[in-house]
Amino acid sequence: MNFKSTTIGVLGLQGAFARHIAMLDKLGVQTMQIRYPNEIDNCDGLILPGGESTTISKLLDEMKLRECIQKYNRPMFGTCAGAILLSRNSDDPRIQTLNRVPINTQRNAYGRQVESFIASVDLSFDKKPFNAVFIRAPKLRQPGKEVKVLGTINGEIAFVQYKNILLSTFHPELTDDPRIHSYFIKQLIRK
Amino acid sequence: MDKGSFEVKVGLAEMLKGGVIMDVTTPEQAKIAEDAGAVAVMALERIPADIREHGGIARMSGPNVIKAIQSTVSIPVMAKCRIGHFVEAQILEALKVDFIDESEVLTPADEENHIWKHDFKVPFVCGCRDLGEALRRIGEGAALIRTKGEAGSGNIVEAVRHMRRVQKDIHRLTTLRDDELMAAAKEMGAPFEIVRQVAKTGKLPVPNFAAGGVATPADAALMMQLGAETVFVGSGIFKSEDPADRAKAIVLATTYYNDPEKLAEVSMGLKDAMKGLDIASIPEEERLAKRGW
Repeated sequence: MNFKSTTIGVLGLQGAFARHIAMLDKLGVQTMQIRYPNEIDNCDGLILPGGESTTISKLLDEMKLRECIQKYNRPMFGTCAGAILLSRNSDDPRIQTLNRVPINTQRNAYGRQVESFIASVDLSFDKKPFNAVFIRAPKLRQPGKEVKVLGTINGEIAFVQYKNILLSTFHPELTDDPRIHSYFIKQLIRK
Repeated sequence: MDKGSFEVKVGLAEMLKGGVIMDVTTPEQAKIAEDAGAVAVMALERIPADIREHGGIARMSGPNVIKAIQSTVSIPVMAKCRIGHFVEAQILEALKVDFIDESEVLTPADEENHIWKHDFKVPFVCGCRDLGEALRRIGEGAALIRTKGEAGSGNIVEAVRHMRRVQKDIHRLTTLRDDELMAAAKEMGAPFEIVRQVAKTGKLPVPNFAAGGVATPADAALMMQLGAETVFVGSGIFKSEDPADRAKAIVLATTYYNDPEKLAEVSMGLKDAMKGLDIASIPEEERLAKRGW
């Protein structure tokens, strides 16, 4: 499959955006770092990376990007902090979410950095589990009816799809395994 | 389940990229930092400018300060231990700080050895003045490197010197032949395997941040344009006349570091920055960057 004509935007305000761009480069997709409103109009999809959700949330408001992402109807993928931002509600009142996926998030649900870990995520679309990095990770709670669970860790939800939006509580961009990004491109963008 | 591995440690450093880490001494300051958009705070008893002014032995912060700050903010909380003081580090790990800075800002506890950081689950950040120093710290297990700069000076000149030096040293390694790398490792006093890795990839194996002297949005953007991936601001915020506004401006300047119009906009209306010191006026023995090797 030729991805050359596909451009994916990566929200580049703060966090692990460069690692997402590196992964997409490896998959042969065109990428664009998004820092200004309207830049996303030129993209076939958008990734909201991990980082600090309070920081990213403030920068979204500061740069008037919140409304653009709220209205964006092409595929999106939020990892960690990005997943918190796309969720319906976070347990932390400091975060104003974008309410794009009917699911709640609990911030830093596993604890502080000493509790961060690497573990296998079981995927619904592939027999081989995904070795995933969880950094001060959130948990996904109370999914709405139309939310499809794509990945679990010890039975807990770690990766979901709702219409054309993916959320993961882990960081596929920190590994060399491209399967999660491939899924986003093949199943949501190039379907 | 794999906790505390090198990958997990570097993972947090990756999440801090493109952000600002601010020194704070009270929960109120921590709140101001978080509200301004800091990606993390460094919990301290005294900021570097005050350590410099008041003298005496500078040690790890008391657990009370750290706990109070942890319960106030949701962003990662870092804390400093003295160079070589692995028991202070053990205590900080027990307090579950998110990152430990083995820092030259505090009075060194060991003039020969740094902490063996591989023994810890919590990640460490260490300062450097050149690539050899950076790679020695990475060899000991540091998951993040920052320039030393000259903390508490409000003067960016040393941070610039250290960042340029690291970049120049990295570039030089990439131009060497395989049979020249052992001599380069010997000359730098750095672990050979990491020297080889840097020669091959052209970058540090861990993120590279800037610290030591950032006082204005322009300083932060300068360090980012020189290759820093995030900026630590110590005395620059709470020694200024407008901490909240300045903190927010520095956060924006770090994200929009290559947009001069935005930099002009965020710099508008700020009050006076911290006064700052000419490096030449700091006696040789009082220069913090000289601590550690």
